Amino acid sequence: MATVSIREVHKHYDDFHAVKGVSLEIKDHEFVVLVGPSGCGKTTTLRMVAGLETITEGRVLIGDTVVNELPPMDRDIAMVFQNYALYPHMSVYDNMAFGLKMRKFDKAEIKRRVDNAADILGIKDHLHRKPRQLSGGQRQRVALGRAIVRNPQVFLFDEPLSNLDAKLRVQMRVELKKLHQRLGTTAIYVTHDQVEAMTLGDRVVVMKDGLIQQVGEPLDLYNTPANKYVAGFIGSPAMNFADVIIAQNGSGLVAANNAIKIGVPEHLTAPLGAHVGMPATFGIRPEDLRIADGSEPSTQTFEAVVEVAEQLGSEILLDVSCGPNSMVASVDPTVRVKPGEKIRLAFNPKRAHFFDGTTEAAVRG
Amino acid sequence: MAVAASTATPERVIVPKPKWRPLESERNLAWLLLLPTMVLLGLFIAYPFMRGLMLSVTDSRVGVPGEFVGLDNFRKLAVDPIFHAVVWNTCLYTLVTTIFKLALGLWLALLLNRTFKFKAFTRAFILLPFIIPTVLSTFAWKWMFDPTFSVLNWMLYQTGMIRVAINWLGDGDLAMLSIIIVNIWRGVPFFAISLLAGLQTISPDLNEAAAIDGARPWQRFWHITWPLLLPVTMVVVLFSVIQTFADFQIVYVMTGGGPANATHLFATYAYQLGVGTGLLSQGAAVSLAMFPILLLIVIAQLLYIRRVEVR
Amino acid sequence: MIEGEAWRRWVYFRIPLALFLIFLLFPFYWMVITTFRPDGELYRPWRAVNYTPFWTWNPTLDHIKYLFSETMFATWMWNTMFIALASTVISLFCGVLAGYALSRLNFPFAGSLGTGIFITYLVPQTLLFIPLSEIIRNYKLGDTPWSLILTYPTFLIPFCTWLMMGYFKAVPKELEECARIDGASRWQAMLYIIIPVAVPGILSAGIFAFTLSWNEFIYALVFLSSPEQKTVPVGVVSELIRGDVFFWGPLMAGALLGSIPVAIAYSFFVEHYVSGLTGSVKG
Ligand SMILES: Nc1ncnc2c1ncn2[C@@H]1O[C@H](COP(=O)(O)OP(=O)(O)OP(=O)(O)O)[C@@H](O)[C@H]1O
Ligand SMILES: [Mg+2]
Repeated sequence: MATVSIREVHKHYDDFHAVKGVSLEIKDHEFVVLVGPSGCGKTTTLRMVAGLETITEGRVLIGDTVVNELPPMDRDIAMVFQNYALYPHMSVYDNMAFGLKMRKFDKAEIKRRVDNAADILGIKDHLHRKPRQLSGGQRQRVALGRAIVRNPQVFLFDEPLSNLDAKLRVQMRVELKKLHQRLGTTAIYVTHDQVEAMTLGDRVVVMKDGLIQQVGEPLDLYNTPANKYVAGFIGSPAMNFADVIIAQNGSGLVAANNAIKIGVPEHLTAPLGAHVGMPATFGIRPEDLRIADGSEPSTQTFEAVVEVAEQLGSEILLDVSCGPNSMVASVDPTVRVKPGEKIRLAFNPKRAHFFDGTTEAAVRG
Repeated sequence: MAVAASTATPERVIVPKPKWRPLESERNLAWLLLLPTMVLLGLFIAYPFMRGLMLSVTDSRVGVPGEFVGLDNFRKLAVDPIFHAVVWNTCLYTLVTTIFKLALGLWLALLLNRTFKFKAFTRAFILLPFIIPTVLSTFAWKWMFDPTFSVLNWMLYQTGMIRVAINWLGDGDLAMLSIIIVNIWRGVPFFAISLLAGLQTISPDLNEAAAIDGARPWQRFWHITWPLLLPVTMVVVLFSVIQTFADFQIVYVMTGGGPANATHLFATYAYQLGVGTGLLSQGAAVSLAMFPILLLIVIAQLLYIRRVEVR
Repeated sequence: MIEGEAWRRWVYFRIPLALFLIFLLFPFYWMVITTFRPDGELYRPWRAVNYTPFWTWNPTLDHIKYLFSETMFATWMWNTMFIALASTVISLFCGVLAGYALSRLNFPFAGSLGTGIFITYLVPQTLLFIPLSEIIRNYKLGDTPWSLILTYPTFLIPFCTWLMMGYFKAVPKELEECARIDGASRWQAMLYIIIPVAVPGILSAGIFAFTLSWNEFIYALVFLSSPEQKTVPVGVVSELIRGDVFFWGPLMAGALLGSIPVAIAYSFFVEHYVSGLTGSVKG
């Protein structure tokens, strides 16, 4: 097991700059998730670590070895692909044994390891089958088994769960997590599903357009997103945004547009002071909104019109319009509102976010 | 192993010297894999092609090296009435057979595209004319066309279509007709099976949707099947045109180019000159004269395929 | 499909299909019947009263016996078999490797090489036989099986390469990447993973190449001269026709027997053959 260091790595495909200087230090035993929209360069980054793509610029270290020039076979890594890439002409046993055979392990040791992995993954009964005779979930396990028998320095996963149906995906997610807790192998995991990222990752890396937006533990990303992009990407339903202008109001600040006028929470007045007269974006998560009961100061509420109410049992998701912006509020399931009804929403001032109008960086107290 | 690498302390970094693995480079491996092919194709295609060009500008015969004569051989061809006939025959042969092979092949493919008993069986049998060595099956045809013992004449006579024997291979036009029939016979299976494969990629939903929209069978064929089949058809036709244009075996066995050179094609004429009479250079010139035409066909094909791919 | 009345099925389907089958298969029937018909019946003019073309009541094996006793038919069969197998193996070897390189590796000129091979695929044998015969003579290969074993691959390799490229392209690239991560070199990944996965393609290419080389005529006609070196098609043409005299019985027997090996090979691999055929035009 080993650390992985990615240092100022770039990837150019002919004239296309796919990865634009990514740096990331991954600790031993850590499970790091790369997440981001389609085409942001996650796979490319992972493939550079694997040795499947040449590194245009920068260095990748596994442990303390610079692996830029090493072919994949010499890197001592294992990778699980989205389509599993099981060798169709080999039995499950041979699929798992292939990597060991290539590394010239003796027969008994191969058998011991394959049996052990099959045991862990619960595929003992299928060892003699061909991949096409397996269900999606079983194939997924074989692909995992093929990775763990080798006991490599690093696991690489490229969207391994995205070919499974929703229910199985949740189940496999849990199993993956258990597996990592048990083996402790350093892992890099690519997904575009932020729920997977949040639940699996010790740390999560949010990427966009070939650049890292933020690296942090899941809760950090949720609570203190570094910019508007990360704020909108992490969390489901996504954070609500409203473009506002910051203005002075006595000793405090207000953020207003033609539909809302709210007070800037105290802990943010100082850093937002420099933004007076300038545009900014106000962000608030649906779960930090509730229907005002009249006890809140009016600076912490705004008016909205209900468009759709989605009853989920544990909560109601209210799609509301608020001037030019649509928002979602997650409210108490006992609330009764009708579409078209005007309501007042209150927000939790401690959890309000503001982003610079031009750089979109978060403004923090 | 686990280096608690903190960026503060200057760290140890190993830059391993990669093992020498020349075949891990895609370029090296590719050239190695292509080597046997390039050697064989170079020795037995590119080199003979150059040799052929050189032969065609000398006056070599078998055993006589020959001297440079420039374009004399081609000039001779330009005024050679037999060569004129060869060009005409080859074009006629190619055009007529291709039209019939396409029409009959398409018809057969449409028939085979239905579901019926013994379908796989029928399909397997239909390919026989294509896989049995052409020379051997052509002999069967020659035997059927035999002037005195012809079973075809017998059939035509019995059904009352003729009163006197037809001398199939003795008359220029009839000989041409005969080789055209044999070529069609040999080529229809290839067209049918290839077009059938094309037909099978067309979703039946499309035809059903059109039927619901009220399109008649003929309209459905014309507006749906035919356009979707066109790319496959083009490729099949061009393959067949090249093979037919350069055909040798059928004519060699059926008529040997006769009677009175009435059925010579490029290949048989080149064979007669180059091997039969030993005029190597003239023969080479005749077969090379095929090249520009074939090249045009290939270019047309490549352009067409590219256009289809872009679409 | 929506079916109409019964007569429609006859007019639009059964009768045309039957006519096609008769047209396409009758020559083979004729071959068979001639093979077993005694000479006395064979050379009976078609207007003779007792001309019974489609059947014989006196089947004979004379023509086949003649073939094996008076000609070197057995040798020709063996020659053809050997040449067809050897050139198929060579072509498969070259075609599989080249197809792999052209479809799965990135290297300069990959595109133009692919186009080049496609063009040689379309060069007919009849274009080059005269200069080739000279070259064969210069290499002292004339009148040996090697003259054909080495030249047949010129039209088989491009075909095999083209076909294999299609098959290799359909294999997901992750398979090979996974193998390389598992510790295989590129070469091993090709050998242990990609080539085994493409076995159906190799079979198709192989059976197709085998029938093509069994069929080849003009090179064999030009490069071989002594009777004991000949292949079946050339042997039948040159040894069973004396001037204007055709030995129709033995000729048809030779044609029949000479077709049987390809027919057998074909019957075992019909599906592979058909996919080779359609793959070759799909590209
Ligand atoms: N071989 C290639 N040649 C050229 N461009 C490529 C190549 N591979 C990837 N790209 C481009 O690089 C960018 C990043 O691709 P990458 O596969 O890393 O995205 P991703 O983040 O994994 O997306 P997804 O979630 O869709 O898998 C994309 O815009 C893609 O089009
Ligand atoms: Mg990806």
